[in-house]
Amino acid sequence: MRSYLLPEYVVRRDVKRCNKCKICIEQCTYGVHYYDEKDDYVLSRDENCVNCQRCVVFCPKRAIVIKKNPVSYRKNYHWTSEAIMAIKKQAETGSAILTGMGCDKPNLTYWDKLLLNASQVTNPSIDPLREPIELRTYLGKKGKQVELASNGGDVVLETELAPQLQLEIPVMFAAMSYGAVNLNVQEALVRAAVECGTYFNCGEGGLHPSLYKYGDHIIVQVASGRFGIHIEYLKVGAAIEIKIGQGAKPGIGGHLPGEKVSEEIAKMRMIPVGTDALSPAPHHDIYSIEDLKQLVYALKEATEYIKPVAVKIAAVHNVAAIASGIARSGADIIVIDGVRGSTGAAPKVIRDNVGIPVEFALAVVDERLRNEGIRNEVSIVVSGSIRNSADVVKAIALGADAVYIGTAALIAMGCTVCQRCYTGKCPWGIATTNPRISKRLNPEEASRRLVNLLNAWSIEIKEMLGGMGINAIESLRGNREQLRGIGLSESELKILNVKPAGM
Amino acid sequence: MWNGANNPYEYDKDTGACALFGMINVEGKRFPSKDPVRAISNMRERGNGLGSGFAVYGIYPDYRELYAFHVMYLNHQAKRDVEKVLEENFRVVLSEELPTKEAKVWNPPLIWRYFVEPLTSKMREKNLTEDDYVVKNVMRINTAESGRALIFSSGKNMGVFKGVGYPEEIAEYFCLEEYEGYMWICHNRYPTNTPGWWGGAHPFNLLDWAVAHNGELSSYGTNRRFLATYGYECTMQTDTEVLTYAFDLLVRRHEIPLELVPKILTPPFWNEIDCMPQRQRQLLTTLRQIYSGLLMNGPFSIIVARHGQMIGLVDRIKLRPLTAAMKGNFFYLSSEEAAIRVVQPTLDKVWNLHGGEIAVGMVKVPVLV
Repeated sequence: MRSYLLPEYVVRRDVKRCNKCKICIEQCTYGVHYYDEKDDYVLSRDENCVNCQRCVVFCPKRAIVIKKNPVSYRKNYHWTSEAIMAIKKQAETGSAILTGMGCDKPNLTYWDKLLLNASQVTNPSIDPLREPIELRTYLGKKGKQVELASNGGDVVLETELAPQLQLEIPVMFAAMSYGAVNLNVQEALVRAAVECGTYFNCGEGGLHPSLYKYGDHIIVQVASGRFGIHIEYLKVGAAIEIKIGQGAKPGIGGHLPGEKVSEEIAKMRMIPVGTDALSPAPHHDIYSIEDLKQLVYALKEATEYIKPVAVKIAAVHNVAAIASGIARSGADIIVIDGVRGSTGAAPKVIRDNVGIPVEFALAVVDERLRNEGIRNEVSIVVSGSIRNSADVVKAIALGADAVYIGTAALIAMGCTVCQRCYTGKCPWGIATTNPRISKRLNPEEASRRLVNLLNAWSIEIKEMLGGMGINAIESLRGNREQLRGIGLSESELKILNVKPAGM
Repeated sequence: MWNGANNPYEYDKDTGACALFGMINVEGKRFPSKDPVRAISNMRERGNGLGSGFAVYGIYPDYRELYAFHVMYLNHQAKRDVEKVLEENFRVVLSEELPTKEAKVWNPPLIWRYFVEPLTSKMREKNLTEDDYVVKNVMRINTAESGRALIFSSGKNMGVFKGVGYPEEIAEYFCLEEYEGYMWICHNRYPTNTPGWWGGAHPFNLLDWAVAHNGELSSYGTNRRFLATYGYECTMQTDTEVLTYAFDLLVRRHEIPLELVPKILTPPFWNEIDCMPQRQRQLLTTLRQIYSGLLMNGPFSIIVARHGQMIGLVDRIKLRPLTAAMKGNFFYLSSEEAAIRVVQPTLDKVWNLHGGEIAVGMVKVPVLV
């Protein structure tokens, strides 16, 4: 069948600049560039290009420019090019359209509609270059009241707090499994987490033994496929996360195709080489909230109650009620992944249409847990959409204890959000397990980029806090007084429980 | 609590500067208003005539077993409504208009005082302690009346007198020369958001807690929502209110020793805590973890008082001043040393509080209540 699809991008090469070094041919993993020996030209197959910008960055002569294909269908606000292309693709393949990364549709980002406060006159702002400003955060169950005893005039602490995770910056690296990304990526992430005093979540794919030594900074995940889970795995991590759902694909499972299941990955996941790794849509031992409680306690029993257990859910319509149930299940941390949440592979129609913005989910969960007097029973972590330090500050002001970043971390390492992670051909050496391409990512250098990113955010967060006259991050948590909404409807303001700008 | 009359711009919290003065006789001996009024008036520059007040302890010895409610009314209907609620829930032993006289004050409301005791049957029905019963009723009335009426003083054997005017004018208006107390907490206000509302003046009071505050809490949003999970509804929407409730929660309800309270409200920095000996480190870390929502951020100095105790506290990085001093049986706290010197030129000891530091003056023998 002849393909009717138009190339999405076109490659423009300045032939005067091109010296035919063929680096672009070498760098492209999609076979876009090729050398025509007869005419002595480097040429392109535009239809293969995904606009990942790898060749553009690596061309020593700056001879390449990638452009959106100017040839497109007639302009139509309903039948957009995207809609037409999707139909053509499905008519040719008969399958669901896959995509990678988070939802790219407009109007779902509410961070940009929230503005922060600063002090003037009545309250001096604090200069982080001269005064200490604290970002340390503890995740875990806190309880409502301290118990003290007196011993001959000495105050003795009777309360023994549930296990906590100590973060020096309230930003952690979100779950990215071995298989979705390669070991170099995981190593870069975990080394940065160690250096910055935060955590890396290994996702559902087991944990490579070479990373066990960083266990104190790793959150190990238990997901519906139960891949790679054994007692040593559970014990090596600093915390355990039960993954119920993911913002990019709420309600559906995961699928790592057999082609990606190499010997090493098969070993980690404890499955035969070359077989598909299918994570079921639900956990088949959790058909109800009380079943979740059993799993939480099974994991706590197995690890002797010395580490917090987190439960990760996708932000869906009745997220507040679900979170309230989770808070009563014995879980120490609730992770909420919003509609912008990213993925290595998901059906596009699910990614773009299922779930709600994490800003709303966070606002209602925090409010509900407070109304029920159980906010201090759990910490709240949000993920899926955090792009910069301002997003972090706004999330904490809305009520989060900390955030996860996934896409932002990948971008720091080279990712350009081309949304083709599911092909396993990532030219930046990230979303691939192909050993030849994986080598492109040097864990040492990538980890340096991640540390730089977190250090930069740390400085910016301190600047914003200092501006508000706050010198400890806990005074920002749930402090919606520091937020104002702009361009929001009354009902949106009510759900976020923030005042409009000017009020 | 807010409405168009008392808060036309719907502000949520105080922003302003102020003068604080407190004076306690550690023997519990009562003394007249002369010194406290003179001292607070000495710091005129720190106020602007738009709010002043006094909390005086030990003034009602004849009724020491009864809660003394001072209530301001904007109209007579509000008075009838509140009195109906009071009679349903309390035995009202005495009800009278608070004595006042001509003075240079602005637009005074109707102010009454009631000596009451909770109805035992109602209290048992709700399974509350006496104090909790009073707190619940005070909060309910203050919330329901929404600016028409305000119970601004609810302790036993103590009373708050406050309004719109300079301190010496408010003292004159309320005939404070007629009262004797063993502890006086005074406030002179420079408000920027609720000028002209009598209820907005300091000190703030709940039971026998009184708080006079100079500053602004940047953590107000966090503190308010944290306290709400413990049943404290901020009805007056000023940041000073959260300080009052924080002390009530920590000291009265959770029975945390007073010396540990600053470790929660204005805790040492983590890098200091990390260097402490193991037991202390664990204690302070746990306190900061559990009560993270009570960390008070932003510039402030406060005087907090309850029967037998006067406490001074300044913010973590000392952005507002507070001086403590001792002379004989008297312990003083003041925004300025000069105000202490004006009533007591020679002092045994004077010191400025460091950031996050507490200073406590206590009556040696238990007094009253």
